[in-house]
Amino acid sequence: MLGDHACAEGALAAGLDFFAGYPITPSTEVAEHLARRLPDVGGRFVQMEDELGSIAAIIGASAAGARSFTATSGPGFSLMMENIGLAAMMELPCVIVDVQRASPSTGLPTMVGQSDILQARWGSHGDYGIVAYCPASPQECFELTIAAFNTADRYRIPVLILMDEVIGHMAERVIIPEEQEIDRTERKGPLEPPGAKPFLPYAAEEDLVPRIAHAGDGHKVHMTGLTHDERGYPALTAATHDKLVRRLVDKVRLNAGSIVEFEEIGLDDAETVVIAYGCTARSARRAVREARNDGQKVGLLRPKTIWPFPQTRLQQLLEAGTVTRIVVPEVNLGQLRREVERHTRLPVIGLNHAGGEMPTPAAILEVITS
Amino acid sequence: MTVATIHPIDHLMRADRLPHILCAGCGIGTVIHSYVHAINESGIDPDRHVCVSGIGCSGRAAGYVNVDSYHTTHGRALPFALGIAVHNPELTVTVISGDGDLIAIGGNHFIHAARRNVNLNVICINNFNYGMTGGQVGPTTPVGARGTTAPRGAVEQPFNLPHLAKAAGASFVARWTVLHVRQFTDAVLRSMEKKGFCFTEVLSPCPTSFGRRNDLGEGIEEVEMYRQRCRIDNGAGELEQLGIDIVDPSQPITVGNFVDIEREVFLG
Repeated sequence: MLGDHACAEGALAAGLDFFAGYPITPSTEVAEHLARRLPDVGGRFVQMEDELGSIAAIIGASAAGARSFTATSGPGFSLMMENIGLAAMMELPCVIVDVQRASPSTGLPTMVGQSDILQARWGSHGDYGIVAYCPASPQECFELTIAAFNTADRYRIPVLILMDEVIGHMAERVIIPEEQEIDRTERKGPLEPPGAKPFLPYAAEEDLVPRIAHAGDGHKVHMTGLTHDERGYPALTAATHDKLVRRLVDKVRLNAGSIVEFEEIGLDDAETVVIAYGCTARSARRAVREARNDGQKVGLLRPKTIWPFPQTRLQQLLEAGTVTRIVVPEVNLGQLRREVERHTRLPVIGLNHAGGEMPTPAAILEVITS
Repeated sequence: MTVATIHPIDHLMRADRLPHILCAGCGIGTVIHSYVHAINESGIDPDRHVCVSGIGCSGRAAGYVNVDSYHTTHGRALPFALGIAVHNPELTVTVISGDGDLIAIGGNHFIHAARRNVNLNVICINNFNYGMTGGQVGPTTPVGARGTTAPRGAVEQPFNLPHLAKAAGASFVARWTVLHVRQFTDAVLRSMEKKGFCFTEVLSPCPTSFGRRNDLGEGIEEVEMYRQRCRIDNGAGELEQLGIDIVDPSQPITVGNFVDIEREVFLG
């Protein structure tokens, strides 16, 4: 199964109700697959007029209770940025997959890139919390898409899946479990029926996540992209703003321990740590295995959540004192390397290509052994 | 003696949001009033009504109405509302926003929502300018009218909204002003009863940002102008002739319910 198709199947397995999107290479197969499959399971598929409409439509559908989803690639992802901020501010869960291609601008539409990593974290204006998954195989496209829907609903946030062209267009065996084996996190609904007392759509609980009521539920919610109080009413003061935005950031930051996922190989005694994600991680995994077979103390840290970045695990490794250097191969000119450098004074060596091709295992091995 | 303190539409207003932010003489309050009366008269459970708005003064409408309400981003009220309406066709979804929001930044969504015949009721409050942002010209500013970004008068041909809506495929198209409270309320009510893309333009004074730059006087004087110049022509056939000339007082402004057709409704 193609990675793009596996992603679409993951969305269906997660209970997708509503897809709105605009075709763009190399994500198009996600939409095409859902155009075939979604009506059969009672969902709605809409091919919108553009990406601005696509993201607005899935946020609206989410407001009405849908598990909603869109698929795009770099240029379309840029167009979605304003309303990703709206989803964060309104706390309406939704999932966006960005199948990355070589950028900036139209770039290389059919060739790989990993250069939307920082846009994913910081692209919308203002401070907000985000979760972004980075699958490295079609199987993970399936599994992490399910995780993305669960995380979106759990924390009332927009969740991103940062695939890349190689993973999206790669065909591998995908094992789809039985429906009852698929884990689904439900949104926290109101505790009381409508009318008992006014429902507060932004009264956060201990986990910093408020309960949610949907259009048509009878709770008569008001939601706005303006700074708002617990009722959802505009409250345009510095104090309300700081409290609200701090919580939007903290609900991801302080819950990072339950969100972060990664794979590790040989990290316990590693002197050289390779940090790689997406398609690059596949070359890196082979390079690390070859180096270890050769007797070198090399390990791999592969983030499955690129945001939040697995910084606790990295800090733990750094504190152990055996690590002497870190290698970060990626298909951009050093975006994740910048994040890694933030955590250490050790040498951080980038192996970079601006886009269009991924580094080979031999190229990564050469850096490791040099 | 007991005095009635409950107004028939009180339960549909968020009284705790008052006082509102609108200027003296603004027509948006009248539009909200008519909209809320239409909700009441529709007989549809208020829990099944949804109000979506964009940005600007008109975009604030959603915040005052006691139904599920969403105040979204500039230009994106229509696709946001599409998501609600397509996911839950049982809901009656109304979009209230301004001419700049719906027709400039949101113009592409407007023509495509009409083309698809999405089940939405769209109320476009047209005050011929960007009011909240301080009186810049927009896509409906008549030629010759002044705004902060056209101090010598607008030179671009404005959109004729009923013509645009009809050409794009709307099922119901009307134009009224805030003077025509009863007819406007009936048009909104008709939109709530009808499935498909229903569009009502409502001309509304903006004395603070538009009126004073264009010698239209206070809000009441602009409404008086509508009283003198408006001609009701329901079912007017030649929509392309219904452009609005604010500057020339000899030109009539045609209002009415222009289009009411049946088309297959978009369900996704």
